[in-house]
Amino acid sequence: MYALKYVQAKSLKEAGRLLSANPEAKLISGGMTLIPTLKQRLAKPTHLVDIAQLAELRGIAVKGGKLLLGAGTKHHDVATSAVVKKAIPAVAYLAELIGDPQVRNCGTIGGSVANNDPAADYPAAVLGLDATVVTTKRQIAADAFFQGLFTTALEEGEIIVRIELPLPKRAAYAKFHHPASGYAMAGVFIAQTAGGVRVAVTGAGPGVFRWKEAEAALAKSLKPAALEGVKLDAREFNDDIHANREYRANLVRVMAKRALEKLSGKK
Amino acid sequence: MAKVTIKVNGKNHTKTVEDRTLLANFLRDELGLTGTHVGCDTSQCGCCTVHVDGRAVKSCSMLAVQAHGAEVVTIEGLAKKGKLHPIQRAFSECHGLQCGFCTPGMIMATAGLLKDNPNPTEDDIIHGLEGNLCRCTGYINIVKAVKMSAKLMRGKAR
Repeated sequence: MYALKYVQAKSLKEAGRLLSANPEAKLISGGMTLIPTLKQRLAKPTHLVDIAQLAELRGIAVKGGKLLLGAGTKHHDVATSAVVKKAIPAVAYLAELIGDPQVRNCGTIGGSVANNDPAADYPAAVLGLDATVVTTKRQIAADAFFQGLFTTALEEGEIIVRIELPLPKRAAYAKFHHPASGYAMAGVFIAQTAGGVRVAVTGAGPGVFRWKEAEAALAKSLKPAALEGVKLDAREFNDDIHANREYRANLVRVMAKRALEKLSGKK
Repeated sequence: MAKVTIKVNGKNHTKTVEDRTLLANFLRDELGLTGTHVGCDTSQCGCCTVHVDGRAVKSCSMLAVQAHGAEVVTIEGLAKKGKLHPIQRAFSECHGLQCGFCTPGMIMATAGLLKDNPNPTEDDIIHGLEGNLCRCTGYINIVKAVKMSAKLMRGKAR
């Protein structure tokens, strides 16, 4: 790791100030992506601004038909929260599948969403549930937030405060994980929301995306059979030593069907 | 440089370290607690697992400064008065190791797992040790050791 200066922010305001005063500073919370990246010398920030301890970023609550998750909420806390399990069980289930126990004890939802790793789990839930990302500056709809490979709508110095997930009628997540890394080779989050059925796919492409052809098909029939033959554009899918495009495309369809089976209560 | 105070195995230690110092290196190099192993450079192997404020974490993926003010328990903190912790006893009796390199991390991860789930199924154990790699055993005896640990500890949490 290159030498750097570590600063613990005492408030979101101070964190914002530190970020604008130091253009090469990076935020750190759980550090589950950042520290390994720094160890490989793949990044060279001048400062780390720690926001893990900020009370402003904590909290799990249901309010106004939404599940509110503070950006600093750890995966373990989401996975084991009675509030989350009751409000949107698919989100607790998803959190339990992230990384491994040690990672879940440190990593946070804000970090996962801000990083937008193309194989991360949370972006699928955030996009699938039509959630809102609340930052220190504004509220951003999930559809506008995720912009492909490690890219989001976040501006310099903008910090995620919480994620607001509208309670769906029903939702389910199915993931085919990479056996070594635990990341999604394909993960599909399906939600029956007020605005219709949404299907969000992670792991397969260069970033989380909505499979709109599937959404249209499922609007007519919310059954696995409805996905047969539905178009899935795999031209941009990841193609690597773990799986080629065609295999990933098939995984997406299989995971979508599994998620639908869970939706209807069949295991 | 940063001045860091961390309570390790019940005793406060204050050291001045570089900001980039990993907790694993702090424990090994500053405190001489070499039971915490570093088996990879990619945060995957889990050999460096310790408890920070009661939760299992990979000490290679946390800066010492992040643990400032925290309570850390390492493998050296488990045995009391020369008597093995039940998990250590179980790993020994079930032969849950061969070379032993991953063992401190396995044991600390097991302690974390059993804290959340005192009576885990085989699937729970496999899922619960996903953050730890062993290159020798094929995990069979490790899983056995965790089952025996759970039996020994049930009702006698410590």
